[in-house]
Amino acid sequence: MSAVSSAEATTSAGQDAIQVRGVGKRFPGVIANHDVDITIRAGTVHALIGENGAGKSTLMKILYGVQKPDDGTLVVGGEEVSFHSPIDAIEHGIGMVFQHFMLADYLTVLENVVLGAEKLHGIGDAARAKIEEISRTYGFGLDPDELVEDLGVGERQRVEILKVLYRGAKIIILDEPTAVLVPQEVDALFGNLRELKAEGHTILFISHKLDEVLAIADDITVMRRGTTVGEAKPAGTTKRQLAELMVGSELPSPETAESTVTDEVLLAVADLTLTDTFGRQLLSDIDLTIHRGEVLGIAGVEGNGQAELVETIMGMRKPTAGTVSVGGQDMTTWDTRDRRSAGIGYIPEDRHRHGLLLDAPLWENRILGFQTRPPASKGFLLDRGGAREDTDRIVEQYDVRTPGIDTHARALSGGNQQKLIVGREMSGTPVLVIAAHPTRGVDVGAQAAIWGHIKEARRNGLAVLLISADLDELIGLSDRIEVILRGQLVGEFDPKTVTPQDLGSAMTGGQDQEADA
Amino acid sequence: MSTLTATPAPPVEEASRSRWTWLVVGVGVVIAVSAVRVITGEHEIDTPGSLRAALIATCPILMAALGGLWSERAGVVNIGLEGQMILGTWGAAYFTYFYGPWVGIVGAALLGAIGGALHALATVTFGVDHIVSGVAINIIGLGAARFLAEAYFADLDGGGPRQLTGLDRPPDITVPGLSDAANSLAEQHWFIISDIASVVAALTTRLNVMTVLVFALVGFSAWILWRTAFGLRLRSCGENPQAAESLGVNVIRYKWIAVVASGAFAGVGGGFLSLVASSGFVTNQTNGRGYIGLAAMIFGNWRPGGILTGSLMFGYTDSLRLRSTSAVHALLLLVAIGLIVLAIWRFKGKRTQSTVFAVAGVLFLVWFMTTDAVPREFTGMTPYIATLLVLAFASQRLRMPKADGQIYRKGSAG
Amino acid sequence: MSVVTRILGALAAPLVAVVVAMLITSVVILASGGSPGEFWSIILSAPADRVYVNIVNQTSMIFLSALAAAIGFRMNLFNIGVEGQYQIASYTAAVVVGAALVPGLLNVALGLVVAMVAGSVWAGIAGVLKVTRGVSEVISTIMLNAIALTLVGYFLNTYGVRAGNSLRTTEIPESSQLAGWTPFLDRDGAVWTLCVLAIVAGIAFSFVINRTSFGFDLRATGMSESAAVASGVKVGRMVVISMMLSGAIAGLIWMPAFFGAAHTYGSTFQYGLGFMGIAVALLGRNRPLGIFFGAVLFAFLNEQSNRLTLESDISQNVVQITQGVIVLAVVVAYEVVRRRQVAAEQSRVKRQLDATKPTTDEAVSA
Repeated sequence: MSAVSSAEATTSAGQDAIQVRGVGKRFPGVIANHDVDITIRAGTVHALIGENGAGKSTLMKILYGVQKPDDGTLVVGGEEVSFHSPIDAIEHGIGMVFQHFMLADYLTVLENVVLGAEKLHGIGDAARAKIEEISRTYGFGLDPDELVEDLGVGERQRVEILKVLYRGAKIIILDEPTAVLVPQEVDALFGNLRELKAEGHTILFISHKLDEVLAIADDITVMRRGTTVGEAKPAGTTKRQLAELMVGSELPSPETAESTVTDEVLLAVADLTLTDTFGRQLLSDIDLTIHRGEVLGIAGVEGNGQAELVETIMGMRKPTAGTVSVGGQDMTTWDTRDRRSAGIGYIPEDRHRHGLLLDAPLWENRILGFQTRPPASKGFLLDRGGAREDTDRIVEQYDVRTPGIDTHARALSGGNQQKLIVGREMSGTPVLVIAAHPTRGVDVGAQAAIWGHIKEARRNGLAVLLISADLDELIGLSDRIEVILRGQLVGEFDPKTVTPQDLGSAMTGGQDQEADA
Repeated sequence: MSTLTATPAPPVEEASRSRWTWLVVGVGVVIAVSAVRVITGEHEIDTPGSLRAALIATCPILMAALGGLWSERAGVVNIGLEGQMILGTWGAAYFTYFYGPWVGIVGAALLGAIGGALHALATVTFGVDHIVSGVAINIIGLGAARFLAEAYFADLDGGGPRQLTGLDRPPDITVPGLSDAANSLAEQHWFIISDIASVVAALTTRLNVMTVLVFALVGFSAWILWRTAFGLRLRSCGENPQAAESLGVNVIRYKWIAVVASGAFAGVGGGFLSLVASSGFVTNQTNGRGYIGLAAMIFGNWRPGGILTGSLMFGYTDSLRLRSTSAVHALLLLVAIGLIVLAIWRFKGKRTQSTVFAVAGVLFLVWFMTTDAVPREFTGMTPYIATLLVLAFASQRLRMPKADGQIYRKGSAG
Repeated sequence: MSVVTRILGALAAPLVAVVVAMLITSVVILASGGSPGEFWSIILSAPADRVYVNIVNQTSMIFLSALAAAIGFRMNLFNIGVEGQYQIASYTAAVVVGAALVPGLLNVALGLVVAMVAGSVWAGIAGVLKVTRGVSEVISTIMLNAIALTLVGYFLNTYGVRAGNSLRTTEIPESSQLAGWTPFLDRDGAVWTLCVLAIVAGIAFSFVINRTSFGFDLRATGMSESAAVASGVKVGRMVVISMMLSGAIAGLIWMPAFFGAAHTYGSTFQYGLGFMGIAVALLGRNRPLGIFFGAVLFAFLNEQSNRLTLESDISQNVVQITQGVIVLAVVVAYEVVRRRQVAAEQSRVKRQLDATKPTTDEAVSA
């Protein structure tokens, strides 16, 4: 394979494995990348860091041939390249391990590895021997005949790495590899990466976890808002400095209006614990309260328990222990419909899966979640007129851009869909609204509008549980911020005085922060 | 060098353990059957004639199950097997009449493959729901076969608007010395020895070539699907088509091949019905065997060895219709024994399952002892009830291909 | 979208399907040596009076069957077991009504209730298996079909009354037989009284599905189970209730024929209505109006095809091919049309809004 020879040329000391010059990529309404410049030295572990939405994934897709750049050049192993598909990238010795594994559970490690590359070593003993050899060389400890479904997460990741090594990759891109691993598995992975480096491979490691990056990388590139904003070497850099580069050192100005927080407790969660069937603690002893007129923001990197917390409060999951009370009523055993009827509104994280019926008209979507309550319903019977009238109201009040209320939800843009959902959930004077990433994937105009509605609701005495990965949003809207990490609440902050660095550190497992009074 | 622990899975040990289990089960079954035969005096339950009939009843079901296997292993649910089988019965009859049985078998496969192609067109190319398409194919298949029979068979020798009899049969094989010896040994009715001799006799006396073909096709499928690159790619389409696509596999092409092959196998099963199992073509002779084949496939956990076992079991119960009611009655004792053995085996881990089996076993025992005969209709229900029970109780152990039934669209990878 | 465009859009797929089916049928007839012209002239000729009556009767039964299947389909449940459900229900009702436990019309009402209960229990088995053990309702309902056929056969053989060559249940008393309406001459037959059940069921279906919160829950679960759960629907309960409702309507399928003509369960029982209903439900997109037209079409084809045996040498079975091809073609056409419509609506909305919206520069990416 030509990949081996061109890649071998790059591993001679000092040469660059990859050079990215001035790369840009646009999608309708979004500039994903612009003016990206990175130099990746051969035989090193190069980390690429940035927040969710910084443009890292798009850049990786360009490097792997899944997308083509609109501007700029890519130089791999000293030669300028243009990839039309992953096959081209593979031929140049680039292999990619996606964040979401592409493995067939009911097939063995061997079958998953050789699929599509049967010509290399067949599918029998020769292939088995090759896999065992790679596994031995890098210390993966994988058995070719084991079913993937029996493997743990760390092992599955090693299968994905083995897949790219099997195809002769010399440059390996890992997209958020530690997002799904527990600390011991992370250590194991880093051990593997050091082995790979020792054998002359180049690793590109994408992450937003600062301690890990400092532990493993030789070079660090920081991205923010679609472009590269800084380079660093771990030796001379602190987490604070990196966090500053990542989130920017401008402080968003929080709402300076007077506090509307009252004494009345509307949501009380006590000792909430959720353990899954494998014994993992998804939530551990969560205690939180929200008062009338208060917005509580929950900050945290995705996958640390926010989704589970929301689902438990909504009644979509049963907690292993603990209680959930709304407006003084213990609702721990209530089902979702009763909780909604008692006054909980829910703006879901994934609006397509949990918030809308895409192939139904807007006025029917108004009824969703309110099937048994006015104005959409009179209990057993639906009130179509009432639903339609109220949908008109929402469309006007919340500025939902649509030709009409008979348009199917699927046809609206993300921002308008979200505005409709916000309008729906805020209607009927709810007691508590759970807003999970309410402005994700939403254009700037809609985002500002939604923020305005949340602030107004707060003034009117609503309690809001706000989950977000957008620090601007959290600091700008919340009265209090709690940080969630690995299913536990690890710190409380005052948005008026907190710095993005503090938040960033707490979210990524830095030192414990003292709560500012 | 790295801090992780190696995973020491012992696959060799597991494989030989399961081979031992199968051996023990096989021996156990022989002993149990023989014992029941001797105790009740109902030798009819496994005379060479009965076993031969069971084998003949097995083959169409086996072909349908094989068709289902090919299709579902590639991720496409094919409940149109019944319709494809019906088309096969007509194809075999038509082509055999004019060109002889060998062309007849090819004709059966061809007609079945056409049915398969229709299903592939709807589900793989146009993304229609698999079940809906299967239902439509069954309607078309039934109507087409009836229509074609009336159009073409009415004026032929031995034919009529709804049938075509007197077709050339593929030849039977009889192994000279072995056959006679086994048959006479079987007639002695000795414990175990005669039962085994019975099996040998059934396999060596008037064994139809098409039966051999059917079993060869099963073996061939097992080899192709599990030991070749083609088979690996096909199976990956049923497990995780997005992963396969990301590795350069042309998922659409493999699904098409699998579904057309599926129809062809069902067609061959239909051909078996009209050429070997019956004396010719009759409308509606499939009688739901396509669905029983699906059940056998599920029972067999989507593996060739399993579908073989399942089809044999369903085939045997299907052939019971021809047996005397007292012979069928004797089998109640066999079922009772089987259930009690299962109850004992499950005693250690799964108490509730164990008690259910034990209670059922006792009930069957009581039924055996308090009656003289089993109503004929009940034996007809056995495959269906067995399927429901297997599905209800063994759902955890059943391993459907993970992406089975998914509507696949290209470009959904990454 | 104007009303006219909407109607045309809804009709596009079925029309295409019917045309395709007509073409294929003609090809099949031609290839087998018949004359397509002869076929179509017979099929499309004006039906005799007697045939009109039969078409109305058959339409009612097919309509009920399709309605039963449609309840499941709207929830993404495939109730293939309609065939078995109406058999069991018909037999049970025949036995109970034949036993004449209550007089006259009360007996009729009792029979209808028994039929509905039997059908819903039979379907409920599949629903419960699905919710508690995760058994696919496709396989379980097919199995239950076969079991129903065998069970009814057994009971008929064991307890049936002999009448000539076959067995049947006790004939129902005259006071429970419904005369129906004879629009033409007596020998042209009567439109069965209970055909009106189809109208009642259709209206009830439409009302419940479109105007009640239960119906909304059902449709939402069929469109997006995850969104339904988030909105408070208890999916397990919905599955069982829907299957039972479906079975209850299935139970009514043969009742018009039973009370109007057969008066007993035996050799005059009409098989195959279950599968025909499934086909018509698909054709009618699981909506009462579409189902009605589909039922009329299928009944018309079936009845007119009876003349083929008398007036030509084209086999009557060709109509089954036509029906099967219609179903297959229509589901393909629906899928193609659906994808086109979604894309068209998205681009139309985008255009309309782009014309009016203020420019935004940088956007927030996901």
